[in-house]
Amino acid sequence: MKDMGNKITGAFWLLAATALVVGTVAAPEGLKGQQQEEQVPPAAPALEWDPNDPRIGLGAGWMDAESAISGMELLAAIPRPDGFFNPSTPADGRFSNTDLAFQDDMLIQGNYNGFQIFDISNPADPTLAVSVVCPGGQGDVSVYGDLIVMSAQETRGRLDCGIEGVADSISAERMRGVRIFDMSDMNNPTQVAAVQSCRGSHTHTIVTDPADSENVYVYIQGTSRVRPGDELAGCSGGGPEDPNTALFRIEVVKVPLANPGAAEIVNMPRIFADEEGNLAGLWQGGTHGPGTQSSRMTNQCHDITAYPGIGLAGGACSGNGILLDITNPESPTRVAEVADPNFAYWHSATFNNDGDVVIFTDEWGGGSAPRCRATDPATWGANAIFRIGDDNQMELAGYYKLPVPQTDTENCVAHNGSIIPVPGRDIMAQAWYQGGVSLMDFTDPANPFEIAFFDRGPLSIESLFTGGYWSVYWFNGRLYGAEISRGIDVFRLTPSEHLSAAEIAAAEAVMMNEFNAQLQPKVEWAPTRDVAQAYLDQMTRANRILNDRASEIQSALDANAGAMTLNNLAAEIEADVVQIESGELGGDAERMAKLAAVLRGMAAQQ
Amino acid sequence: MTTTYARTIPTLALAAVLAACSGGTSQPSNTPAPAGAGPRIVQPGAPGQAGRTFSADELEQVEGVSYTDADVRFMQGMIPHHRQALEMTALVRQHATTAAVRQMALRMEISQRDEIAMMSTWLRERGESVEMSVMGMAHHRMMGMLTPEQMETLASARGVEFDRLFLEGMIQHHEGALDMVTTLFNTSGAAQESTVFKFAEEVDADQLMEIERMQALLEQIGR
Repeated sequence: MKDMGNKITGAFWLLAATALVVGTVAAPEGLKGQQQEEQVPPAAPALEWDPNDPRIGLGAGWMDAESAISGMELLAAIPRPDGFFNPSTPADGRFSNTDLAFQDDMLIQGNYNGFQIFDISNPADPTLAVSVVCPGGQGDVSVYGDLIVMSAQETRGRLDCGIEGVADSISAERMRGVRIFDMSDMNNPTQVAAVQSCRGSHTHTIVTDPADSENVYVYIQGTSRVRPGDELAGCSGGGPEDPNTALFRIEVVKVPLANPGAAEIVNMPRIFADEEGNLAGLWQGGTHGPGTQSSRMTNQCHDITAYPGIGLAGGACSGNGILLDITNPESPTRVAEVADPNFAYWHSATFNNDGDVVIFTDEWGGGSAPRCRATDPATWGANAIFRIGDDNQMELAGYYKLPVPQTDTENCVAHNGSIIPVPGRDIMAQAWYQGGVSLMDFTDPANPFEIAFFDRGPLSIESLFTGGYWSVYWFNGRLYGAEISRGIDVFRLTPSEHLSAAEIAAAEAVMMNEFNAQLQPKVEWAPTRDVAQAYLDQMTRANRILNDRASEIQSALDANAGAMTLNNLAAEIEADVVQIESGELGGDAERMAKLAAVLRGMAAQQ
Repeated sequence: MTTTYARTIPTLALAAVLAACSGGTSQPSNTPAPAGAGPRIVQPGAPGQAGRTFSADELEQVEGVSYTDADVRFMQGMIPHHRQALEMTALVRQHATTAAVRQMALRMEISQRDEIAMMSTWLRERGESVEMSVMGMAHHRMMGMLTPEQMETLASARGVEFDRLFLEGMIQHHEGALDMVTTLFNTSGAAQESTVFKFAEEVDADQLMEIERMQALLEQIGR
């Protein structure tokens, strides 16, 4: 795929040329404490791609578009069910599919009109179990035990899940916030709580407290207009000088699991405040200097991903990426923040499994605009990858953007994804709207690259209809894509030069009872032959292991060697590690140590 | 204009199966779906209230709230509004002297062009005219659009004076757009269609930010 001698480079973007005009205007005040440089920053780099990429020139269509695939296999494509689409157009925003959540054999598909539950006991044949009508958008969903949480932000949302909208501009019937449903009887879901909030809920995040099994928390991320105080008492859309403003905060809902109907907002933390107590303590909005992107003011979080296993959450908060300490989930506190001159709108966050790298996505253009064209910069509307230091401070390592141009009738920009648990590597599957699905290896955060993809042609070559993948998530061995207008797609990975059969098998063996992308689980791999083979494959692929040692390990794995052989081999590898660390031997000390541990684990299980 | 997508799902066949199996009356919420009736469609009630199931002939009701005349007027009105912004940014290419003004104008050009395409598609898809009525145009003049005289003055201005007039004019223009959004949200029943809601919110957020940025630029180049 990567043929550097045969790459096409997008035309320099318009702004690149204008950046040459002598700047006479100083940049606006940015992040507090961050010095604005006088020099003109280099223009954002142009996109590069392989001119033979099969994703170029795909035929258009709603359910019959051409497609291209690499490193994966499409197992199922399930259109949206009756009541959740408009047969006359793919682009009726009232029925857009949105986010996904998983539990056991259930896939929960959010939709602007409600949600659906599919039985995925056979992932290659998802079957619709129940459709739940409850409009309000975005309809992002999470699941926890018997509870399903759903975001509602639109002015049409009703307390009673009615479809008729709300007639009055101020009304007690309106519901904007998070709904909580009890699904213990799957045939008869009941709404047990409707927690109203001033800006509604664009997204939300379930946060667990490892020390408290009786409650869970839901963070509400509101991004919409603040509604009038006449409709919901206490709501104010004032500026940062207004101590009651509903801007510059998130809401924390406490959900008592024994009585979820008593769920209520217990905190509205001012997570953007500075030390002087200014509520608007972060990015003020505007460009970062000549030639740079204009970033939205930080008065909201678009999305937060909690990772209780490391005590942190990543907040993608309009003008900044932030880290929150969530060891006390009721009271998250900001511990770090970054701004970026290429980011228009900080959209979502995903950690690697070790928790020492975080990916933020930039939803330049809001998701309904074509931002993957040949002329769009390679670092705009992209992922930015940051290393997290021991002090929790973030350091930019690299960018990743869908490495193939899309047409101007395809809305495309970085969107939601999740980690594929391949041991020894950091890989994320990600949705790019009509740009399709792209799997990114970011094991080296400074050099991310694509290892697999799926893409369909545009919905139309005449008009831009908002569509494509909202989310692509890994759950129990398969990838599930939520397509806004085409339904649910299921994929499995196939071996390629970038990914071996053992690496795939090791990832497929990781099982979870429940998965919400915004509540990131920590994966631990059982010591198996596939995991050992995966580490060996990685070192062989990178030429970072001596041939003799590799052959010896391969023979032992192929022969299903006994405990004594495995332990002896592990001891030899551990000796290698010592030599590598002292510089006497070349190689990959970290993977060798992991491999030795797996071999010992395999021996112990015999 | 017609579109060229094709849909191959046997929608009607499925609806027919549902109709054959579950009859025409609304069912109490705790009735299990009859075997072979296809997936259940449930509408929960408000917290503490019972829900209901949808029967096959109620399926079309699931579509729910639609757009209103106010939504159509908003979309129709915002198109010429955006077009005037493009006329203004075209002048920037010729006359602006301040780099930051040029950058801002180019950014506006990209987003306003995309939004005009989106609004036109939305209107065409619903069989609504993309052009607004003459009466609507008259009303529209009040929504922050520059008068022909203002546009002439801007076109003939040069140097920093052009930059100043452009910024002042575009602030006026954007404030008009914010007024249009406020009017929309204050109209009962309006802005409940998802695309209109999302777009109106984006106009609100983007143009408010641009106004603040333009005000800062005005300060810097000196009024």
